[in-house]
Amino acid sequence: MNTSDQSSAPESYRSGPDEGGHFGIFGGRFVAETLMPLILEVEEAYNRYKDDPEFRSELNYFSNDYVGRPSPLYLAQRLTDELGGAKIYFKRDELNHTGAHKINNTLGQILLARRMGKKRIIAETGAGQHGVATATVCALFNLPCVVYMGAKDIERQAPNVFRMKLLGAEIVPVTSGTATLKDAMNDALRDWVTNVDDTFYIIGTAAGPHPYPKMVRDFQSIIGIEARAQLLEKENRLPDTIVACIGGGSNAIGLFHPFLDDPGVNIIGVEAAGHGVESGQHAASLNGGKPGVLHGNRTFLLQDGDGQIIDAHSISAGLDYPGIGPEHSWLHDIGRVEYVSVTDDEALEGFQLCCRTEGIIPALEPAHALAHVTKIAPGMHKEQIIIMNLCGRGDKDVFTVAKALGVEI
Amino acid sequence: MIGENRIEKKFEQLEERNKAGLVTFLTAGDPDPNTAQEILNGLPAAGADIIELGMPFSDPMADGPAIQLANLRSLANGMTLQKTLDQVATFRTLDNETPIVLMGYYNPIHYYGTQRFIDAAIEAGVDGLIIVDLPPEEDEELCHPSMTAGLNWIRLATPTANDERLAKILKNSSGFVYYVSITGITGTHSAQHSDTNEAVARIRKQTDLPIAVGFGIKTVDHVASTAAVADAAVVGSALINTIEEGLTAQLPKSEIVKNLHTFVAELAKGTARDR
Ligand SMILES: Cc1ncc(COP(=O)(O)O)c(C=O)c1O
Repeated sequence: MNTSDQSSAPESYRSGPDEGGHFGIFGGRFVAETLMPLILEVEEAYNRYKDDPEFRSELNYFSNDYVGRPSPLYLAQRLTDELGGAKIYFKRDELNHTGAHKINNTLGQILLARRMGKKRIIAETGAGQHGVATATVCALFNLPCVVYMGAKDIERQAPNVFRMKLLGAEIVPVTSGTATLKDAMNDALRDWVTNVDDTFYIIGTAAGPHPYPKMVRDFQSIIGIEARAQLLEKENRLPDTIVACIGGGSNAIGLFHPFLDDPGVNIIGVEAAGHGVESGQHAASLNGGKPGVLHGNRTFLLQDGDGQIIDAHSISAGLDYPGIGPEHSWLHDIGRVEYVSVTDDEALEGFQLCCRTEGIIPALEPAHALAHVTKIAPGMHKEQIIIMNLCGRGDKDVFTVAKALGVEI
Repeated sequence: MIGENRIEKKFEQLEERNKAGLVTFLTAGDPDPNTAQEILNGLPAAGADIIELGMPFSDPMADGPAIQLANLRSLANGMTLQKTLDQVATFRTLDNETPIVLMGYYNPIHYYGTQRFIDAAIEAGVDGLIIVDLPPEEDEELCHPSMTAGLNWIRLATPTANDERLAKILKNSSGFVYYVSITGITGTHSAQHSDTNEAVARIRKQTDLPIAVGFGIKTVDHVASTAAVADAAVVGSALINTIEEGLTAQLPKSEIVKNLHTFVAELAKGTARDR
């Protein structure tokens, strides 16, 4: 892809959002009035602390000594050989404490919540990874934690539910609506409007009302900042292609953002196609949705002909969301990032390939990214380089995968 | 029909009669489109002064369990934004005085097309809009074009708004102000009477618009105590609960309609100021 000849291309792809939280026409602050003063308070606090040396040094300290950053950039040699094309590097955020990239964000947000004097933390979760990452930092900083989780997800992610309980969190099963992630987010927002004084809402992906998409992106950008420096160190050059999976888009924007202004870097986001985009049972908001307004922002959404939100489907609970962060909608709209999709079956193959060739059990989410890598790497030259965000490990998914493969455990 | 302001007229009449207004909130199409039309048509005779109709949405983020279920029932029975507008138009063939305010979330309108929606709403006989997820920060979306076209833009004022925020809320408000008397979702707890008095007084300092108070008003006594300080009382979840109770008891639809209107008549008794 070549963006340099687009006459409408902005000077920088990294300057958004504007003051109102807009990335082009996407983003914004579409929330009930009761929440507006709070959202403005979060924004003000974030602007005050994000470059504050003390805040940065505390964040760095916990990122390094508690989370285990920087995560390695690893040359997946056997996978590279197997596919016979481009060199494939994994950015190994699955090695973070709690096993996914989610903690980069929860750590940043809880440090902010503490500075704001908030006494209670709430979160929504789908796969349970963000719930675990939130419960973890709440235990670390001794704050009560309430996690909203769809009743259906509680059923299919039992190990993470127990993990959260061990960490001291209260899990609230969400039965409203369709009892999945979008409804968990609705109920978390309902909690927040009810407990405006003492509560901080740690949103788990780069979506929601401004300033969340920006704030979450900033906390996750450590992924791309490290990967860029690590590759320059190892190969003395930038990658040709970077690839990440997209649920709400936080691990992806974290990898992508530091590369947006490098015109030679091809950027690919991988949505979950479920049973196939044409089947109607998928989670591909960009490839199968339309712009709309939900959960505080304008973005691409899965919706019917009356503007009602449709439930997403993916084998991966973490990608099973009918929306996507607004910055991705904008990057899609202007063509800077290419968004493709991968089905459940393809992801399952990617999952097994990664286990077999690299001895790494990936989460089903990055298995989608990997499945796309298997499609593009063979057609690339051996000197070319792909970085793929291996954003989570697959321990949580072994039951789901066994079931999909017809194995009883 | 444009230019005639049913809301303004209604509040003038109420003042002449020395009573507060009863604002009823129901979800359009609940429990099913036909029954809902019957309920709607009979509301003014039962004692509703202003009618708020919720436009059903799959994800009503500011609503509690009663209204959430009403939304799902209505959608499951095939309700759409177009049908909501059609029900208003049908109502208008019977009643050209009672104001109708559509309340809801932005996405179905966004999908329908904002200007197309504004034109269709005016054509149907809608008087105003309350869109929960469009705060003043997003006024360019629908508020400005609606007001330009002659629709009232009614905003929610909340306990979380300080005087500065209140000024921002009131700036592009018309018709009336809807004071949400609690922080939280619909149909849960009720406000302390003293808090409401204070808040209404604080809003009055900044506006001449009539003030309606809602969230947590469930009984004729709540209506009466609200009528003593505000210009109107809004009842929503309590009405919707009578529909749900009727459905649970498997009452015939005509019975559900009757029970609802009886309850509205009961609530309306609380609106007189010279009792
Ligand atoms: C390992 C992993 N990857 C990806 C995601 C999807 O979220 P996002 O798109 O915000 O990175 C999740 C969500 O739970 C996850 O657990």
